[in-house]
Amino acid sequence: MADSSVLQGQFFITGDEACAEGAISAGCRFFAGYPITPASEIAERMARRLPQIGGVYVQMEDEIASMNAILGASWAGAKAMTATSGPGFSLMMENLGLGLMLETPCVVVNVQRAGPSTGLPTMVGQGDIMQARWGSHGVYEIIAISPSSPQEMFDLTIAAFNLSEKYRVPVLVMADETVGHMSEKVVIRPVKPEQLVERRRPTKPPGKYLPYQPDADLVPPMALAGEGYRFHVTGLTHDERGYPAMTAAAQEKLVRRLSDKIRVNRNDIIQVEEVGTEDADVIVCAYGITARVARRAVQMARAEGISVGLLRLITVWPFPEDRVRELSRRARLFVVPEINYGQIALEVERCASGKRTVLVPHMGGGMHLPQTILEAIREVVM
Amino acid sequence: MEAGREQQNPVDAYLRVDRMPSIWCAGCGIGTSVGCFIRAIERAKLDADKIALVSGIGCSGRFAGYVRLDSFHTTHGRAIPFASGLVLANPELKVVVFSGDGDLAAIGGNHLIHAARRNIDMTVICVNNFNYGMTGGQLGPTTPLDARTSTSPYGNYEPPFNLPRLVAAAGATFVARWTVFHLRQLERCMAEALARPGFNFVEVIAHCPTVYGRLNKQGQGVDGLRYFKEKSVIKNGADPAEADIVLDGPIMLGKFVDIQRPSFCGNYQQVCAKAQKSK
Repeated sequence: MADSSVLQGQFFITGDEACAEGAISAGCRFFAGYPITPASEIAERMARRLPQIGGVYVQMEDEIASMNAILGASWAGAKAMTATSGPGFSLMMENLGLGLMLETPCVVVNVQRAGPSTGLPTMVGQGDIMQARWGSHGVYEIIAISPSSPQEMFDLTIAAFNLSEKYRVPVLVMADETVGHMSEKVVIRPVKPEQLVERRRPTKPPGKYLPYQPDADLVPPMALAGEGYRFHVTGLTHDERGYPAMTAAAQEKLVRRLSDKIRVNRNDIIQVEEVGTEDADVIVCAYGITARVARRAVQMARAEGISVGLLRLITVWPFPEDRVRELSRRARLFVVPEINYGQIALEVERCASGKRTVLVPHMGGGMHLPQTILEAIREVVM
Repeated sequence: MEAGREQQNPVDAYLRVDRMPSIWCAGCGIGTSVGCFIRAIERAKLDADKIALVSGIGCSGRFAGYVRLDSFHTTHGRAIPFASGLVLANPELKVVVFSGDGDLAAIGGNHLIHAARRNIDMTVICVNNFNYGMTGGQLGPTTPLDARTSTSPYGNYEPPFNLPRLVAAAGATFVARWTVFHLRQLERCMAEALARPGFNFVEVIAHCPTVYGRLNKQGQGVDGLRYFKEKSVIKNGADPAEADIVLDGPIMLGKFVDIQRPSFCGNYQQVCAKAQKSK
């Protein structure tokens, strides 16, 4: 493959490589990371590509440092990314919270492997989905998206940068080992400037600008280090000046806004793909690599005359609860295959208006067989 | 005196005076370090708009919230990697880390040695008061043997880091230590560090009369300063291995390391040129 700046054309590459190219197409010019299977190929590709285009690649001493380095780089004006897997994702959790609290645009990729602990480093898992939502301490909302193919590793990494810039929030790309390591055709079209979102910048001069005074969409414009604003930001609860404010009232105002900027804008954020859900009695809800297996199972079930549709979560967080509620008006049953012992299934059940939700678990190290999901569908409709 | 009171302290221009009074206790040494740092900015003739100051968590870490610069109060131990991201993404920034010994050398110790190894362009000012003051005076990585802290009530039984030796061994190109008694030397030393490229480390020995000083019967703030005055030994160019600190013992001060070697940013620019030529 030619190593020009932003690639264009058709390529047969892995999901990890496509993720790196998507980041570059999105304008990412800073990558800090620490080697970990099965995400190392993203770092390797960035280490080769970023020096060619004047970006910065730095291999940090651990994932804690990597997370902090991308936050610092973002405040210096760079679009910044790190990539990891389960153990490193755990280490990033504390400072993911700092990114949320400082409202720092950045992208964190988790190419999930099977856990807990070191688990199966080279084999697939989807066990970090709840950690993505709740893994850092305190009260917050996050955006997480789940690619199902190398093409989506490219496309959704761009989407992740756009969302992070728009909402000033770290965005998680919750990939998995299979999607990260598989090679498929990836079509890279030129990305036009209008397809990229850049963080909103202050319109007020230094002295008038308040770092945490939000606009109508609840997102504050962002000044950068070195521009003369002399701003202060802190992980402590703070007021609109960015000053520490150690009161329950300040906490209420700030933390509610941090969550609401995601909740209120959820219809702009959430993406799902649906296949035959409109008239379906049974909805199979899946994401990531499992959604591709589920798609086959749904085809097989429909061939048998079962009224079943697929709800594929492209956005995992915020959870598309409005859509699941709508579907539950007609659907009788939900089937949720995932490579864990029940995470998104809990969310589906919460929003299914009392309709039966059946988990099809897999502990990791492999994928479901379409047959397994098909059998679960057959069982529930009997 | 009345007229004098109305005059603005020259350092006020660099402080968020609307946040005063600070949280620091009466007699604490951190404020003195702050004064020296601000005067050092002026002495080094830096463009203050281009300085990014990063702190971690702790008493010294609160400085980020009081200084009128672009300032980042980050998480415990993580000021250095955050600062690394700032300076690597924008090498025109003058990046300073100002934090305490527990923050930089215990929970952040790994980042400290790796930033020194990489020779990332930044100045790290470490206020060492021998304990975790903010949380009530617990044992830290610099607490001298036998010293009393709230978690070493019978005396400390683990040896401390000698910070100049640690960072020098890790590759820092400028390593110095002064106390908060040595105002002029400290200010000049900070100015020298701020003007240099590469990884610069200034250890500021400070007293903590409220907790560490009380537990070790070191008296009030002024007694701490008297100790620094009487027990300090200035030895520029000394091997930092000689600079261990023992309880109530002499404290070796001075500029221990002042060398040049290629910085991360310089090396990286060469790599970019190579990558762009070969693509």
